[in-house]
Amino acid sequence: MRTALFITCLADAMFPEVGKATVQVLERLGQTVEFPAGQTCCGQMHVNTGYQKQALPLVERFAEVFWPYDAIVAPSGSCVGSVCHQHAMIAKRFGSPGLVEQVEAVAARTYELSEFLVDVLGVTDVGAYFPHRVTYHPTCHSLRMLRVGDKPITLLRAVEALELVELPAADQCCGFGGTFAIKNSDTSTAMLADKMRTVLDTGAEICTAGDSSCLMHIGGGLSRIRAGAKTVHLAQILAATREEPMVLGRAERQAEVHAGPEAVL
Amino acid sequence: MNAPVMLGLPTMPPPAPRGVGNLRGDEKFPAAARRALADTQLRRNLGKATTTIRGKRAQVVAELPDWEELREAGRQLKVHTMADLPDYLAQLESAVTAHGGVVHWARDANEANQIVIELIRGKGVDEVVKIKSMATQEIGLNEALEAVGITALETDLAELIVQLGDDKPSHILVPAIHRNRAEIREIFLREMADVDPALSDEPAALAGAARQHLRRKFLSAKVAISGANFGIAETGTLGVVESEGNGRMCLTLPDTLITIMGIEKLVPRWQDLEVFLQLLPRSSTGERMNPYTSMWTGVTPGDGPEEFHLILLDNGRTAVLADADGRDALNCIRCSACLNVCPVYERTGGHAYGSVYPGPIGAILSPQLTGIEDNASLPYASSLCGACYDVCPVKINIPEILVHLRAKHTETYASEHRVPSAEAAAMSTAAWVMSNPKRWTLALRSGRLGRILGRKRNVIGDVPLPLAKQWTDARDLARPPKQTFRDWWAAEHGGER
Ligand code: SF4
Repeated sequence: MRTALFITCLADAMFPEVGKATVQVLERLGQTVEFPAGQTCCGQMHVNTGYQKQALPLVERFAEVFWPYDAIVAPSGSCVGSVCHQHAMIAKRFGSPGLVEQVEAVAARTYELSEFLVDVLGVTDVGAYFPHRVTYHPTCHSLRMLRVGDKPITLLRAVEALELVELPAADQCCGFGGTFAIKNSDTSTAMLADKMRTVLDTGAEICTAGDSSCLMHIGGGLSRIRAGAKTVHLAQILAATREEPMVLGRAERQAEVHAGPEAVL
Repeated sequence: MNAPVMLGLPTMPPPAPRGVGNLRGDEKFPAAARRALADTQLRRNLGKATTTIRGKRAQVVAELPDWEELREAGRQLKVHTMADLPDYLAQLESAVTAHGGVVHWARDANEANQIVIELIRGKGVDEVVKIKSMATQEIGLNEALEAVGITALETDLAELIVQLGDDKPSHILVPAIHRNRAEIREIFLREMADVDPALSDEPAALAGAARQHLRRKFLSAKVAISGANFGIAETGTLGVVESEGNGRMCLTLPDTLITIMGIEKLVPRWQDLEVFLQLLPRSSTGERMNPYTSMWTGVTPGDGPEEFHLILLDNGRTAVLADADGRDALNCIRCSACLNVCPVYERTGGHAYGSVYPGPIGAILSPQLTGIEDNASLPYASSLCGACYDVCPVKINIPEILVHLRAKHTETYASEHRVPSAEAAAMSTAAWVMSNPKRWTLALRSGRLGRILGRKRNVIGDVPLPLAKQWTDARDLARPPKQTFRDWWAAEHGGER
């Protein structure tokens, strides 16, 4: 099986540790992971902001770059959601019939990390070690678009020394929503405040999820109020082992606060 | 009915006209939301009410083993009806007429209001009773009647609270959801001439006061105005589903009944109610069955109104129907489940949407009825979390339509302006950079601004950039890493950099 990593543009630019962690987990499970250098972005930001036509070259690129692979894995429920639910729509509206077929075939082989681990590799215990109190936020696109269900929870339960605490009102959106966080920043912040409150109520030191975008929103809020809780991507928890534990707070690991794309402009 | 003769190219059907009705707000959603978010009482009232009703709905929905099949049946029935709408409307018209009713066709809000005014004038009265109806809110009927000296008395408890408080409804099912009982008591004491000054804020006492206030009106009213939840093409039967029984009074006591129904409220057969009467109460009030379901077919001598008028309202609906990617918004049965689960609605309330249709359904329906540019901020009033789609009893893919309308907006804007918006320019640039890995790699490497700004605490606090400010007002940004993932990969595994 030829497995490719789709890093997503956000993790590529801002959260390389999430990508490295994904590779580590997959390699530890005996997978050979390739990183097709031609990849860029799934185009979700364009589609969701109303620029569907501009997303076409990104959709074409995605299908072309990942076409040769048997499985494409991404550490993001949201981007996989876009590949699986939006690419065909864009192809139908602006592309050729051939493109529609191509994107549908590639989408069928594209998996969010927890889906790939549990459904494709059939693994629930990835041999991780993470001695922290953790709560899991099921991001909306993982929850309702991809329906990853309790796969991430199953993976977290198997992590040695990890204390998993349930997040109240977990299914409530954190308020990120891509450009929603900018265009409707007041409403977004109000939603964030409630999400932070439920996270802090659990007494967890770590809030984890399968999406860097939501995590940088929640983590950015927690950092701003000096809450004493952080956000860490699911892949990073699964990558940590007894031999190579994750040291929280080490600046170069960038695990503290998930940041926004504005910073790179 | 004669088939209309079409000559030449068909033109786009018109949107709901400006200057009448309640489909357009005075300001854009983010500004209106900002004010609503500061109203702590509003947020408390809404948070409480939506949480309660969400829980009730979830419970009664979980009882039905075939809920998903019911939803699919509801969806298919609606899709089928919309595909053959002209035929079903003609069927409805002849069935209603055959049973002694009179059918009027209203192209828009102005026409509908005018028809109602003339009918009421023909009866020589200046006061009418009303059942809660979204269609009449949409066309601004009360305002139109008031302008010609006719008083329309709302008989739904919540609608009455809104009317007496000189307020606007903020929810399609619970129009006064933004009010708590202390506020309601205060409104009653202020506005009801005959109320007991010792009125308490117990719900039963408040309902009792409203009942007394309304009872006399029911007995004296000559004309009633209603909406309809369903119109059955096959039989010409109209249906109203309610909780309080005031609707039943309006539908049976006055001599003349005028019903205003959007043309999308049709179902083909009597039997189809089997599906919708299971879907609607569970989705809306979280009840297995609503207390009152009234059905009437034309007129029945000696029983109920002697005169029945049905006004079929377009007001932009044909325009919605013309958009294959947006038309599912017409399938809505106004259950309000999507409002109750929406995290945006829960915090901003309904007024921020500026239209009688708030929440997720409003965000896809209002801009389509008015034409996208008159409500362009609404499709963006969503984080696309998808909770609405999950609960919708007729499976309207609201997030997908929101995304479609965003595109419609940017495309309309682009076609009307020679200079692209700043956002469009940024998006084009981003697409240009991202569609080529070399350009993308270079852009990532040169993106060092954030790192300089974030030197001190490893996070970026207040970034003095206009766009980033919206972000950093409430959230920190991490300093971008020294090395992007692709550079790390190239360094580790070799290969192209
Ligand atoms: S869109 Fe669906 S959930 Fe919302 S009010 Fe209409 S029928 Fe109910």
